[in-house]
Amino acid sequence: MKENVVVIGGGVAGMEAARQLLLLGYNPILVEQQDHLGGHVAQWNRLFPDMAPAGDLVRRLWDGITDANIFLETRVTSVNRLKDDYLVMLSNGVSISCRAILIASGFKLFDAARKEEYGYGVYDHVVTNADLESWFNGNESDRIPSAPRSVGFVHCVGSRDLKAGNSQCSKVCCITAVKQAIEMKERFPEARVYCFYMDLRLFGKKYEDFYIRAQQEFGIQFIRGRVSEVGETLDGRLQVKAEDTLSGKPLKVQLDLLVLMAGMSCNPDVAELARMARLDIDSDGFLRSLDNTAGIDVSNRPGIFYAGACTGAKTVPETLGEARSAALDIHRYLQGR
Amino acid sequence: MMDFGFKLSKSATLDLDRADTGRYERLCALEPDARICMNCGSCSATCTAAPFSGMSLRKVILGLQRGQDVRPMLQGCMLCGKCSMVCPRGINTRHLILTLCRIYD
Ligand code: SF4
Ligand code: SF4
Ligand code: SF4
Repeated sequence: MKENVVVIGGGVAGMEAARQLLLLGYNPILVEQQDHLGGHVAQWNRLFPDMAPAGDLVRRLWDGITDANIFLETRVTSVNRLKDDYLVMLSNGVSISCRAILIASGFKLFDAARKEEYGYGVYDHVVTNADLESWFNGNESDRIPSAPRSVGFVHCVGSRDLKAGNSQCSKVCCITAVKQAIEMKERFPEARVYCFYMDLRLFGKKYEDFYIRAQQEFGIQFIRGRVSEVGETLDGRLQVKAEDTLSGKPLKVQLDLLVLMAGMSCNPDVAELARMARLDIDSDGFLRSLDNTAGIDVSNRPGIFYAGACTGAKTVPETLGEARSAALDIHRYLQGR
Repeated sequence: MMDFGFKLSKSATLDLDRADTGRYERLCALEPDARICMNCGSCSATCTAAPFSGMSLRKVILGLQRGQDVRPMLQGCMLCGKCSMVCPRGINTRHLILTLCRIYD
């Protein structure tokens, strides 16, 4: 009989890890709260920097796990340590005994309404990065104007924000803003597109090239300064204020659409999981790795491993890479090596 | 004018909706590289005229984007070309300045 490994979370991390565990000869049991796999990526339209359709990646991962046990709309209700095993109980009544557990519970998109100054949920034409992706995916929305003259992107919404309780940078939203700004400009070539940033953190392969393209080919304007206030004019446009910190002057502009780059915050459900499995939580609310340099996928408990954004903000390629290394570490652990 | 003991100050706010960016657009049409300036300040840091004249190519490009009159700054440039050597985006800055002077003519 193949050995069970419980994988908690069916986003791209959990899917890729399950795929690898199958290939290594195990019986992965994938547990997902929602009614579909693929997590946040499944809601996305195209992925930077190659603009590959997110749906293709999710389908490829699906194809690799058709032999796995998958429980959708299922939660973990308890995790107990019995000698060398864990006993994992699920909300559907199934209980699984296993020696290794992989946690891939991901992140929660920051609730942009908490940054009240931006008026998300108050003004119709203030949307989030996720709302825009949903619209790119063909979901109609009357919140996206049909012919915007000007569009703004606000970086770092709920990230790098001690007041919001998130000191960390979410890593992916600078490049997401650049990507979405280009995509808006492609759809609306006449529109003026602005990105309001504090720093541009474009660290990944091809990211800087993307930024140069955004300037060169698309004429996107990058304004260094955090939007401090959004209001609505009588004719329903948005009045945005920021300091143009490069000029050292206050700046205002009217926009037809404002897109908030909501960041990655810790998944609140992880606190309960951590309590059940006696896992350490880090100061940023994410799960604490044993070692942030060489053991990011290793927890403080024997046999419990991590992959993806449950330990902090990650890009998709980083998440997939971690899922593979976690699968390998589980394999070595189960082989007693 | 009667002195009432107070005065009205002009707002320093940059209003992007009213900014006349025609010159910037003309510059970009002739010197597409103007678009890829990333405001790093290498050009102004190395500029021989900057300490004495207030010339800053960084501020010139930014000012054009904000619809400001940048002629007073441009007048401080000696066209020495030193800035061209340091621009990390490889902009031919001296050429760009000359083009801009022609736009203003
Ligand atoms: S990636 Fe950019 S937008 Fe996102 S939190 Fe970091 S600096 Fe802010
Ligand atoms: S060319 Fe003009 S702007 Fe450039 S370094 Fe010389 S004086 Fe300064
Ligand atoms: S050195 Fe080049 S990129 Fe930097 S501010 Fe000057 S012109 Fe712009």
